[in-house]
Amino acid sequence: MSIRERLSGNEAAATAMKQINPDVVAAFPITPSTEIPQYFSTFVSNGTVDTEFVAVESEHSAMSACIGAEAAGGRAMTATSANGLSLMWEMIYIASSLRLPIVMSLVNRAVSGPLNIHNDHSDAMGVRDSGWIMLFSENNQEAYDNLLMAHRIAENSKVRLPLMVCQDGFITSHSIENIELEEDETVKKFVGTYKPEHYLLNDKEPIAMGPLDLQAYLFEHKAQQAEAMRNAKKVILEVAEEFEKVTGRKYSFFEEYKMEDAELVIVCMNSTAGTAKFTADKLRNEGIKAGVLKLRVFRPFPAEEIAKALSKAKAIAILDKADGLNAVGGPLFTDVTSAMYVNNVKVPTVNYIYGIGGRDTKSDDIEKVYNDLQEIAKSGNIDNPYRYLGLRRE
Amino acid sequence: MNNLIEIRWHGRGGQGAKTASLLLADAAFNTGKYIQGFPEYGPERMGAPITAYNRISTEPITIHSNIYEPDYVVVVDDTLLESVDVTAGLKKTGAIVINTTKDAEYLKQHLNGYEGEIYKIDARKISLETLGKYFPNTPMLAAIVKVSKVMTDEEFLNDMKGSFKHKFAKKPEVIEGNMKALEIALKEVEKV
Repeated sequence: MSIRERLSGNEAAATAMKQINPDVVAAFPITPSTEIPQYFSTFVSNGTVDTEFVAVESEHSAMSACIGAEAAGGRAMTATSANGLSLMWEMIYIASSLRLPIVMSLVNRAVSGPLNIHNDHSDAMGVRDSGWIMLFSENNQEAYDNLLMAHRIAENSKVRLPLMVCQDGFITSHSIENIELEEDETVKKFVGTYKPEHYLLNDKEPIAMGPLDLQAYLFEHKAQQAEAMRNAKKVILEVAEEFEKVTGRKYSFFEEYKMEDAELVIVCMNSTAGTAKFTADKLRNEGIKAGVLKLRVFRPFPAEEIAKALSKAKAIAILDKADGLNAVGGPLFTDVTSAMYVNNVKVPTVNYIYGIGGRDTKSDDIEKVYNDLQEIAKSGNIDNPYRYLGLRRE
Repeated sequence: MNNLIEIRWHGRGGQGAKTASLLLADAAFNTGKYIQGFPEYGPERMGAPITAYNRISTEPITIHSNIYEPDYVVVVDDTLLESVDVTAGLKKTGAIVINTTKDAEYLKQHLNGYEGEIYKIDARKISLETLGKYFPNTPMLAAIVKVSKVMTDEEFLNDMKGSFKHKFAKKPEVIEGNMKALEIALKEVEKV
């Protein structure tokens, strides 16, 4: 039986970590994810978990400690945001290339500079090609559920990749909302125990991890990492199916909201998807066929599936909460349009950069996007696909 | 009650407006509602204007933005009336609840011609009487419950008793005063 509760997104993440009870948590506090290790450290002090909590002196060390713990054969978790993730940068790549299934809670925040503590996705987008699986969460419920599924995906022998669960800083991390929690025993049984195949503390199999890897092998090792990321697609769906059997909550690569007959489609991630659903409902009442495609799995990128889901739309807007700064568009836009091109889906598509540095995204803003799409669907004209939403022009 | 009720809190850092919004979310949750309670984070410091929000609904809430057209506004500190546009977007069908001892004329002058209902309460007096200190958030919480009717007085008092027992587990001596503050506030909030 699920438990009806009300928690903030950070409380939800900490609760998931408590129920997972990993061997090691190493973290350094940074707004807006600070509460996660803060709450978790109280679980450690109270003896609710038997995790080794490592209060490191920087995020570089946090990821290093996770790598050490995971390489030794333990299950390791961490949490961070923005510049904390930037400081982990070197170790982020080492974690994925050593094929260590570390799980991170990333509470999305704008990367400096100038300094800003509020939400956008520039932190996550900076590591999008680092070989981590990346799941995005609309609300506290999804942040919790994604963490419960994380180890099952990451530790699968066909995958063995680190995984991060993203949620929007402040917007969901600090908002109290309803949530359905699972019983401790249910989570324990679902997550299972970690049985690594190769690990440093196995005295029967002495191995080295992370030695020099030059022209003769690095290419092959990178190809294996890429293959693991492709394999993750199937595993993500299998784990979601099993999760649904246990909890009744359904997950896939993305959620299709009112997409059956949708003509005007917004593609977005995290909390804005909720606001887009709210707005789509309102427009549906006015007879406008609005739909939302909320991407949950950003890495591996489900290109073929997205292209298929978008193939019947008349106009599409892709919302990016991080600018590409590349004179082309945001990262989600370039990924989705490339998926459409490769899969022969030709629908007029535009990009909106929005919500940068915590600029609030209102239902009126979303409605403006649908209005623009209506014009585009009618005329077929797109003057400029690289647009801004909520940017002050004065 | 309407399907979705939206409430905006105006206070100053340190007065507990954020806590009050979270307590209201808690109380509404305990009566079976879907809730959101969230502050608007800025550079926080004692005395600076702060805003917090509540959504309360009988159905799941998906919208994730600040509230621009609230049904109700709560003003925890009446000095904000001079500097913050507290009635911005406030629905005519709704109401504003102010912690003040100012008269009707002053209030109307400072509410930009707001046409909806105006309520006032002397939260300072109630707080000093019952708690011996100035914690305006407790009386203001009761006042908004009374005005918005998100739950009955009885449901609210029963729930808060439970919350206070939990919240003040280490200083149970303050529970009675807080409960008294709620009870008096429910009675004393008055229409201007």
